[in-house]
Amino acid sequence: MAVKSKKNVSGSELTDEQHVALLRHMLAVRCTDERMLKLQRSGRIGFVGTAKGIEGAIIGSAYALKPQDWLWSGLREGGAAVMRGLPLSEYIAQMYCNSNDTAKGRQMCNHFQHKGSHYPSWSSVIGTQIPHGVGAAFAAKRRRLDEVHAIYFGDGATSSNGFHSGMNLAAVWKAPCVFVCVDNGWAISVCSAKQTAAEKFADKAVAYGMPGVTVDGNDVLACHAAVQEALERARAGEGPSLVVLETYRMMGHSSSDDPTRYRDDKEVAAWAAKDPIDRFEKLLIAAGTIAKDTRAQLEAELYTQIDAEIHVQEAAPKMALRTLVDDVYAEVPRHLQRQYNNFIAVAERLGHATPGDGAFPL
Amino acid sequence: MANLTLVQAVNDALKTAMRTDPSVLVFGEDVGPKGGVFLATDGLTKEFGEERCFDTPLSEDGIVGAAIGMAVNGLKPVCEIQFQDFIFPAFDQIVSEAAKLRYRSGGQYTAPMVIRTPYGGGIRGGLYHSQSGEAYFCHTPGLKVVIPSTPHDAKGLLLASIDDPDPVLFLEPKALYRAVKGEVPEGKYKVDLSTLRTVREGKSVTVFCYGAMVPVVQKAAEQAAEKGIETLIIDLRTLLPLDEEGVLDAAKMTGRVVVVHEAPRFCGFGAEISALIAENAIEYMEAPIARVTGFDTPFPNTLEHHYMPDDRRVLDAIEHVYNY
Repeated sequence: MAVKSKKNVSGSELTDEQHVALLRHMLAVRCTDERMLKLQRSGRIGFVGTAKGIEGAIIGSAYALKPQDWLWSGLREGGAAVMRGLPLSEYIAQMYCNSNDTAKGRQMCNHFQHKGSHYPSWSSVIGTQIPHGVGAAFAAKRRRLDEVHAIYFGDGATSSNGFHSGMNLAAVWKAPCVFVCVDNGWAISVCSAKQTAAEKFADKAVAYGMPGVTVDGNDVLACHAAVQEALERARAGEGPSLVVLETYRMMGHSSSDDPTRYRDDKEVAAWAAKDPIDRFEKLLIAAGTIAKDTRAQLEAELYTQIDAEIHVQEAAPKMALRTLVDDVYAEVPRHLQRQYNNFIAVAERLGHATPGDGAFPL
Repeated sequence: MANLTLVQAVNDALKTAMRTDPSVLVFGEDVGPKGGVFLATDGLTKEFGEERCFDTPLSEDGIVGAAIGMAVNGLKPVCEIQFQDFIFPAFDQIVSEAAKLRYRSGGQYTAPMVIRTPYGGGIRGGLYHSQSGEAYFCHTPGLKVVIPSTPHDAKGLLLASIDDPDPVLFLEPKALYRAVKGEVPEGKYKVDLSTLRTVREGKSVTVFCYGAMVPVVQKAAEQAAEKGIETLIIDLRTLLPLDEEGVLDAAKMTGRVVVVHEAPRFCGFGAEISALIAENAIEYMEAPIARVTGFDTPFPNTLEHHYMPDDRRVLDAIEHVYNY
């Protein structure tokens, strides 16, 4: 299958304003990651899985979604969530896992959610979100909602149960969804070539009876165009498709991973030369859309915002102890109420809790 | 009132739910025109169309995973796993996803859904059509685990499960599908989850049981009565969240306790009941707590009637704790 690539802005269907917006969103991802990594290195937060190198893939693809569409994410789509409406405050609160986090600090870092922009909570289990997105797309079709579900996952997830069952169900049901595989080259330390014997991940679509395309994932406009086309197809009731965005994870899997143990510096350098942000910046400068110092200005603005928000999140109030037992069920069952009350009695004695801190009247 | 078998009561509950709530959907393997391998979904496709009751590809994790997505996006899925023995491909979706979604999202996302599945032995199904896997699921906070033992409860508990805001694993005792019959009210009614049912009053010995073991225990209790032992039989009905106070009250009433289940003993649900009583009511106990269970082996085929607790084994345990 041919690699699609848009080589100049004149081939783009987007306006200059949209091009600048795309650049800004990509920079937001990179600047936020950069700050988060610093916070992790200084011990302020526990974990960061950066999107460095894949900003074009996640921003370009998600930019094609309409506000009513859903984005079922994997680990690295947080930047797309911010672009679509996740407030930066909630993003950073989630990284701090603090009391401002909408998930009440229950998930480790990089597990975002945002109900307002249809970005459901992700577990850390690989591929399980794929059938969820399919079921939700089925529901949209059944409820006659004008809504497409973009289901994101990485190259490693193409080997998971969820990929197989989700792709199969979606095609059988003609569900309005798009499978977006961000092939960033590495599933932690296992390269894509060891993940499948298929020539391309997109070939897998054939077996499920849906179209599959491979896209230059470092070309933000190509990512946008390919996903746009797949979304339109789904929206028109023609069923799902698979879009594989070929890109590269420049950093380790996470802040806990040392990628020099398993991959060649030359490979990393070769991909660094294809950096999606540098590439798009050059394109926009050549097209006269932005000036040479535009990027620096955008970055400065972004860092100011991010840093201000970091200060706010550093000062978040303590997590309420009751969150230990809330939200397991719609109502806290009596056995959990007792467990909590027993815990709080000990915590009070030891001075770890204020008297009666959320104890249940039993 | 209609006189229905347990499987007919399940069918009646599904029809009642689908008639009263247009968001309720039934799907799974062979549940469509065939009506399910046990006919639990008989006539649903005919009455409600393929839009509301339909066959899926053979994919347990897909069925449950998609059900979660449907629930998140406004439908009320009631999916079927053909045999509980086949649920394990979906274990991840149940344990990692459905059960944890509310908690991990701080209540922003929930998966109100029901997974129905026949469980248990007694039909000569061998290792893979007979298991009782309830304990695996009872170790999963966020999930509800419900097991009826009568047609009345099957309908009332299933309707309550479908209305529940949390995911429910509804285990149906397949050995009782056609073995028990009883009066079932017409239309919608609910039996509250996390409530116990007193099957028989008695002051001598308390027996806790559920599902297909209930009639076995009843039979044993009749024989015990002939020997002057009055058995209090408690049908647990909802294993998770369990009515712990109800269990403790029933245990204290006699001070002599037997727990019966067909699942293997080690880390089985009986262990939890025993520990609960030992922790909270040991001073009321007049005898060690006895368990009558399946063996700690895979489920057999030819000798299944020896594997599963029968009235003789239950009676022996009742007499043992009574005479201790």
